[in-house]
Amino acid sequence: MTISREDIEKVAVLARIRVDDEQVSALEKDLGNILDLVDQLGAADTDSVEPMAHPLNAVQRLRADEVTETNQREAFQAIAPATENGLYLVPRVIE
Amino acid sequence: MHNKSVAELSRELESGQVSSVELTQEFLDRIKREDSKYNSFITVTEEQALADARVADDQRAAGNATPWTGIPFAHKDIFCTNGVRTTCGSKMLENFVPPYDATVTANFRQAGAVCLGKTNMDEFAMGSSNENSYFGAVTNPWGLSEGNKRVPGGSSGGSAAAVAARLIPAATATDTGGSIRQPAALCGVTGLKPTYGRVSRYGMIAFASSLDQGGTMARTAEDNALMLNVMAGFDPKDSTSIDREVPDYTATLNEPLKGLRIGLPREYFSDQLSPAMEQQVRNAVKEYEKLGATVKEVSLPNAKLAIAAYYVIAPAEASANLSRFDGVRYGYRCEDPKDLMDLYTRSRAEGFGEEVKRRILVGTYALSAGYFDAYYLKAQKVRRLIQQDFINAFKEVDVLMSPTTPSPAFIQGEKTSDPVTMYLEDVFTIAINLAGVPAMSVPAGFVDGLPVGLQIIGDYFSEARLLNAAHQFQQVTDWHQREPQ
Amino acid sequence: MQWDIVIGLEIHVQLATKTKIFSGSSTSYGAEPNTQANAVDLAMPGTLPVPNEQAFRYAVMFGLAVNAQIERRSVFERKNYFYPDLPKGYQTTQLERPIVGPGFVDIDLPNGETKRVRIHHAHLEEDAGKSLHEDFHGMTGVDLNRAGTPLIEVVTEPDMNNAEEAVAFAKKLHSIVTSLGICDGDMSQGSMRFDVNISLKPKGSDTLGTRTETKNLNSFRFMEQAIAHEVERQMDVLEDGGSIVQETRLYNGDRDESRSMRTKEEANDYRYFPCPDLLPVEIDDSFIEEARNSLPELPDARKVRFMDHYGLNDYDASLLSGDSKLATFFEEAASQGKDAKLVANWIQGEFSARLNAEEKSVADSPISGAQLGDLVVRIADNTISSAGAKKVFEALWSGENDSVDAIIDAKGLKQVSDTGALEAMVDEVLAGMPDQVAQYQNEEDPKKRKKMLGGFMGPLMKASKGQGNPKLFNEILVRKLGG
Repeated sequence: MTISREDIEKVAVLARIRVDDEQVSALEKDLGNILDLVDQLGAADTDSVEPMAHPLNAVQRLRADEVTETNQREAFQAIAPATENGLYLVPRVIE
Repeated sequence: MHNKSVAELSRELESGQVSSVELTQEFLDRIKREDSKYNSFITVTEEQALADARVADDQRAAGNATPWTGIPFAHKDIFCTNGVRTTCGSKMLENFVPPYDATVTANFRQAGAVCLGKTNMDEFAMGSSNENSYFGAVTNPWGLSEGNKRVPGGSSGGSAAAVAARLIPAATATDTGGSIRQPAALCGVTGLKPTYGRVSRYGMIAFASSLDQGGTMARTAEDNALMLNVMAGFDPKDSTSIDREVPDYTATLNEPLKGLRIGLPREYFSDQLSPAMEQQVRNAVKEYEKLGATVKEVSLPNAKLAIAAYYVIAPAEASANLSRFDGVRYGYRCEDPKDLMDLYTRSRAEGFGEEVKRRILVGTYALSAGYFDAYYLKAQKVRRLIQQDFINAFKEVDVLMSPTTPSPAFIQGEKTSDPVTMYLEDVFTIAINLAGVPAMSVPAGFVDGLPVGLQIIGDYFSEARLLNAAHQFQQVTDWHQREPQ
Repeated sequence: MQWDIVIGLEIHVQLATKTKIFSGSSTSYGAEPNTQANAVDLAMPGTLPVPNEQAFRYAVMFGLAVNAQIERRSVFERKNYFYPDLPKGYQTTQLERPIVGPGFVDIDLPNGETKRVRIHHAHLEEDAGKSLHEDFHGMTGVDLNRAGTPLIEVVTEPDMNNAEEAVAFAKKLHSIVTSLGICDGDMSQGSMRFDVNISLKPKGSDTLGTRTETKNLNSFRFMEQAIAHEVERQMDVLEDGGSIVQETRLYNGDRDESRSMRTKEEANDYRYFPCPDLLPVEIDDSFIEEARNSLPELPDARKVRFMDHYGLNDYDASLLSGDSKLATFFEEAASQGKDAKLVANWIQGEFSARLNAEEKSVADSPISGAQLGDLVVRIADNTISSAGAKKVFEALWSGENDSVDAIIDAKGLKQVSDTGALEAMVDEVLAGMPDQVAQYQNEEDPKKRKKMLGGFMGPLMKASKGQGNPKLFNEILVRKLGG
């Protein structure tokens, strides 16, 4: 299976990763090879097989509705790239 | 001292022959002196380690010791350590100092172990050679004497190399498609990937959530058992951790192996395997027969599809798991983003390495509209077929044995040009993660002076049996004691 | 051309749990920015979600209240997109296997008919944080306190055909979730947010038209206006020969305008897949039964009870049962005495007018139901006149005093009902007005007589310093004056 430059550019936007033209060319080859590998899946007969999302047949535990966390804003914002007045700053978002 | 196992060091600490401060200093000195050859550590926490060692000595003196009190060890740099930088091998987290501990980290702290630092790894655990680390490749201690810089395997290459080079007696590791077993094999150490859900994933930076599992790496099976005693157990903070009793894994190490039923999956003794490698593995199996085990051939008919399924499921999960690295709350942020899109696309393009980006793109593609059924859903169905193979095999035998890798440690740069060539390195290990069963790699000989690993695969939650089988083998062989020159 | 309007709603209901859906952080409103955003909420590396049992209990209660099927096995999925208020880069939500399956709600229409609106499903998910666009040197500030607050998103079938029906449904849903106590219902704080899907089709046609989605309407009034606005806009487009673009629109209630939210980026592809950090949630019968047993009285049942037990008419019962806080207020008041109808009148009259004038909700009322009940008791037993009652109400509202009887005493509002004293006063007043007495007694027309009685009341009230019971004065007068 081949993957087109257009597909790579579209996927890169979805994944929010900037790629330049040169990288797209390299990716065309590498991703193409990976998809060739993956295409072996087509050979398997999976008609009546349930998809498997987890290795174990366990079910979810639920947590009691009790507050266990305290305010640690200072510790978390000490490692943030940009904050002001307790807010995380990002380039202006236009809605 | 540096040649001694954790079990031995624990006894010496207990008898007072040595203090934790002395031990810690000795290993710190070795790291300082030797690690420039291997680059197995990203961060060494000398001051903290010595402070912890003093506390440990006090605890020993006060009679409050666990087997781990005062034992030096290291964490793979994927486990969050409160107050100590945790990079996951990535520029994205070059300066990330978490204000919290992973559950595994907290468990070792609780046990009184002394962490000397954080070991090198492939970025976000994606790789099989440790050449994908932002902090530089790790060099395998084996083969250096011939002047060849060989890979230690990956992604836990730093842990494996450090243990092999006797820079540390034990290190934590993680395994998503072979990342404990393959480097353990290539570095001649013993490693265990437990059953999925046995060890908490909380605070262990996620690569592929349904495959990732924390585990152990040391020179002996006994030390692996000691580590698993600390690491295993239910964690209410990890929804996928299993609430099931944890045995004392050291208690059954000396059970006799008489009657152990070994299966050899025919698909794992294929032409991908060099005759020399195969010979070593078959010799190891013969040792087991001498110990009273029986051997038969079994089949894992869907094993050949494991790599294909894995390279859909793991990148798909990773593509979402790594979305949180967006330059907003922590981690790398590009200079002067001109708008939000620029902040995201440049921070991620600059902060992630090539292999990580490739996998995010593949995963995004596999989940995108129009491809979901053909890739993701299909891979999940194949995953069930693969799991069923293991379930069927364990109806007939107690453990499966195979080579861990198709070949011994290769030379750095040899497989970097094509990602798929590198992926095939994990051909014997990946199916185990898809099924979620436990497996070990145990040193089992040499080919051209390079270590060969025997993979022992068990049924769900059979870690005690695997450790027992590995320990008994290590009572009659000394491959695990060989030291690289 | 004649058009049929087709409306479906998606409603985000914030659940009133103490903690977030996947972490033990508090959900209380109004905290300093990011003080309730902890490691899991901030999507710190390595952190993992653990779901809140109460969120499931509330979702199940909701499902039962809307006659829905509760799904025994539900699955969380990841909805992938990047936005600064979404820390993980995906929203954890339910898609293929939501907790609440198909159900329905009956709404009362103004013409007295009942209409059934079908619920397609309701699923659990996490709320996002908030972006604050005030100027931070040209930057946007992000507060993640709200990130991870549990929501149920309720999705209806396109069963509504005009704004009134949509609003009636919305109000009914509001009434249900507040009665259940699973949501505080405070729309101004975003506790309930409505998205409206609207399309038009030629009258009688079976084919649905292209729909638009108008997002985040946070009052019933804006919702009504937004629907009217969008219907008109679509009609204009279609009648000019244009076609409707499937898009999300943002309605500005202050200006009665809407605009498209399309951005220049490509269409979203959310790449849903089951969240591998979470396992399937299995709800068993005992959990459902427990939830069923904990269900409080719902608006429909309450209305019937108000009619049966308090003798209210349909209109009063409907009005008082719809809002659970108002219903509780009514019952507190009505339990003080017997005259429920008088209580209902006071609530809908003086009390509601006062709340509206001060833009207060029942919860903020300075007077309690019990106090209003006391007041009505004193009206009913003739202790005070209705003019006096208004004075007492004022005093209660302003907080002068919290006891009705104490206010009556302090203000001297108590009516004199001692018949002997009143008779003496009547005798004295009549003795001083012989001409009027004669005039009255000579009048044949009962209507005129009745009117003439009023002429004696002024002097009587004066004589009693305003405290004579007018009803008793009247009786005595009629008796003394003879027929």
